[in-house]
Amino acid sequence: MKLAVCIKRVPDMEGRFKIAASGTGIDEAGLKYDMSDFDGYAAEVAIQITEKLGAGEVTVISLGPDVVQETLRKALSMGAHRAVQLKHDAPVSDGLAVATALAAELKDGGYDLILCGRMAVDTQNRSTGIFLAELLGLPVISAISQLNVEGGVVKARRELEGAYELIECPLPAVVTIDEGIARARYPSLKGIMAAKKKPLEVKPAHLGAITYQLEKMELPAERAAGRIVGEGKDAVPELVRLLKEEAKVL
Amino acid sequence: MTDSLLGSPVLKPRTGDLYNIDAALTEEERAIRDSVRAFVDEKVIPIIGQCYIDGRFPTELIGEMGAQGYLGANLPEAYGCAGLSNVAYGLINQELERGDSGIRSFASVQGSLVMYPIFTFGSEEQKRHWLPRMATGEAIGCFGLTEPDYGSNPAGMITRARQQKDGTWVLNGAKMWITNGSLSHVGVVWAKTEDNDPDGNSVRGFLVPTGAKGYTIKETKGKLSLRASMTSELVFSDVHLPADAILPQSGGLKSPLMCLTQARYGIAWGAMGAAIACYDEALSYAKTRVMFDRPIGGFQIQQVRLADMLTEIVKGQLLALHLGRMKDAGTYTPQQVSLAKRNNVSVAADIAREARRLLGANGILAEYHAMRHMANLESVYTYEGTHDIHSLVIGMAETGINAFK
Ligand SMILES: Cc1cc2nc3c(=O)[nH]c(=O)nc-3n(C[C@H](O)[C@H](O)[C@H](O)COP(=O)(O)OP(=O)(O)OC[C@H]3O[C@@H](n4cnc5c(N)ncnc54)[C@H](O)[C@@H]3O)c2cc1C
Ligand SMILES: Cc1cc2nc3c(=O)[nH]c(=O)nc-3n(C[C@H](O)[C@H](O)[C@H](O)COP(=O)(O)OP(=O)(O)OC[C@H]3O[C@@H](n4cnc5c(N)ncnc54)[C@H](O)[C@@H]3O)c2cc1C
Repeated sequence: MKLAVCIKRVPDMEGRFKIAASGTGIDEAGLKYDMSDFDGYAAEVAIQITEKLGAGEVTVISLGPDVVQETLRKALSMGAHRAVQLKHDAPVSDGLAVATALAAELKDGGYDLILCGRMAVDTQNRSTGIFLAELLGLPVISAISQLNVEGGVVKARRELEGAYELIECPLPAVVTIDEGIARARYPSLKGIMAAKKKPLEVKPAHLGAITYQLEKMELPAERAAGRIVGEGKDAVPELVRLLKEEAKVL
Repeated sequence: MTDSLLGSPVLKPRTGDLYNIDAALTEEERAIRDSVRAFVDEKVIPIIGQCYIDGRFPTELIGEMGAQGYLGANLPEAYGCAGLSNVAYGLINQELERGDSGIRSFASVQGSLVMYPIFTFGSEEQKRHWLPRMATGEAIGCFGLTEPDYGSNPAGMITRARQQKDGTWVLNGAKMWITNGSLSHVGVVWAKTEDNDPDGNSVRGFLVPTGAKGYTIKETKGKLSLRASMTSELVFSDVHLPADAILPQSGGLKSPLMCLTQARYGIAWGAMGAAIACYDEALSYAKTRVMFDRPIGGFQIQQVRLADMLTEIVKGQLLALHLGRMKDAGTYTPQQVSLAKRNNVSVAADIAREARRLLGANGILAEYHAMRHMANLESVYTYEGTHDIHSLVIGMAETGINAFK
């Protein structure tokens, strides 16, 4: 069983964000980076599959500048077997271009199952995994919360509002991973040492044509300070008037 | 040693790392630290306040600490250990103590005071027998040096091991304040082998299995510090030990002191972990607690407090890191370790108290961390050589005059 997991390096969402001088990206200074959460779950699921089978190989792939090697090595220290960096230094916001580069790497790899996060927690486009499946001509089940791979078939569960769906499709296939499926393990110290000896290949990224550009990023306007309308029950009519006429919430 | 990463464009100072200490660590060292940090955040922090109230060491964490490689992490892979550098070992201590000094104490005793002497003074057979199962946490050890009447001056110890004609040993005496005692499968116990020995030259180490006839272990109750750690008294009355119970390469008080140097090295890092936990808590409280219409972090008094805390943490971390690099290079001295243990524990205790105060009434609750760390650090201040004793070690090295005699 050959599995591939696509991993994006993203800033820690707890950080305080500033827009960079370019106006089309965030200022990276002071931010901490790690694997996107959903990609971490995807890596965990893939590793668990090979552990359960006692066989198979998990390849982790990340597109980006050399710093993504650190994120790939984290996946290797969790238990993935080999890693590929698709080297590209400038940030790309077009999910189709990224998917094109990933597809070029994955198409002849003989992978049975390709796992992506449901979305990258920073850009939240929810598109790369779906585009990737389409470019590879494979079936895709998106945002799954449970996964079972047996006898050449993927069985997956998707959560809906107050209900769920069970979906089946034949391998090879692409799945995108929602939360609830597995927590990413923290690498053991032995895993960290072993990761240094695992293969990490660096290849140029063959991005597709860029289909759109990010024009401008902006932070929401600061909320204006609150106002005290008055005190006691005498203030109620004025408050109701303001909620109707100014805030327009009544 | 590592190539400096200080010029690396990707390792700009991060929020929470004003002095960019990350850039002085290798990628592997950072990965190790982050992994232990995740373990502590997930497994230790949520339960530790209650463990502290209950006076309970969380034994349920032992298996995972072993599986993760935290026990005896700087000992060789050939004996089932992680084979890490001393800096990595220090970072593990830092992160464990960010959780609780009791968790770090457990690991310090197991790694530095039990596995290290077996590795350093033990026979090949003792090493093969004990180290792999200690690395996984399947076997737990304790270290018995302190006695009821001999703490800072272990040379005076009364515990005696008498060799019989057939080469076997008979052990008599008592040890007090022994971390992990009631959890342990075996004790590394230090005893004199000769009667007239005021300087402790005949001190040797013995492996005493729990359950040996005449060996009793009693848990120490009523502690107001290090409550999430097991502390015990060991009593030996005519305990018969086989000839091969002795650690063959041990000899003189120097041997247990070598173990203490290892553990103290880890404590210099660990204390910074406790300090970081208190600082982080104080900082976030200062930013969110509003009093007089303002976050209290907006008042000069609290900013001074935070600046003082952070300054001592940065200094202590750099001290520990430099000491670690010297230890990895094989050039460190026990006096350097004394200085780092003395300074870092002392400033950590002050930081914990200031954090407690910044938190107002909330600061006395177990739901917050500062007061637990503050109380714990009083034990750390006393064990592994009290603050005073380390002052005298440094004083002797500097003046050439021995204040102990
Ligand atoms: C929670 C805990 C866990 C421990 N775990 C272990 C363990 O696992 N194994 C172990 O062997 N021990 C352990 N200890 C014991 C610890 O190492 C001793 O408590 C320590 O060495 C001090 O000894 P003491 O308590 O007898 O104090 P004392 O030696 O009686 O000292 C009392 C005071 O006198 C001061 N003092 C002593 N001598 C001098 C001097 N010459 N000049 C000036 N001042 C001096 C000391 O600094 C201290 O302030 C532990 C202690 C604690 C609290
Ligand atoms: C065990 C216990 C028993 C108590 N019993 C009673 C009782 O019987 N009755 C009762 O009414 N109360 C009682 N209290 C409450 C006690 O009086 C308050 O905790 C105390 O007034 C501090 O308030 P606080 O805890 O909200 O801290 P905060 O006011 O939130 O203060 C937090 C921190 O900010 C600092 N700070 C606040 N304002 C400023 C400023 N302007 N400039 C600089 N620093 C500032 C404080 O010094 C402190 O370090 C008790 C508290 C405890 C712990």
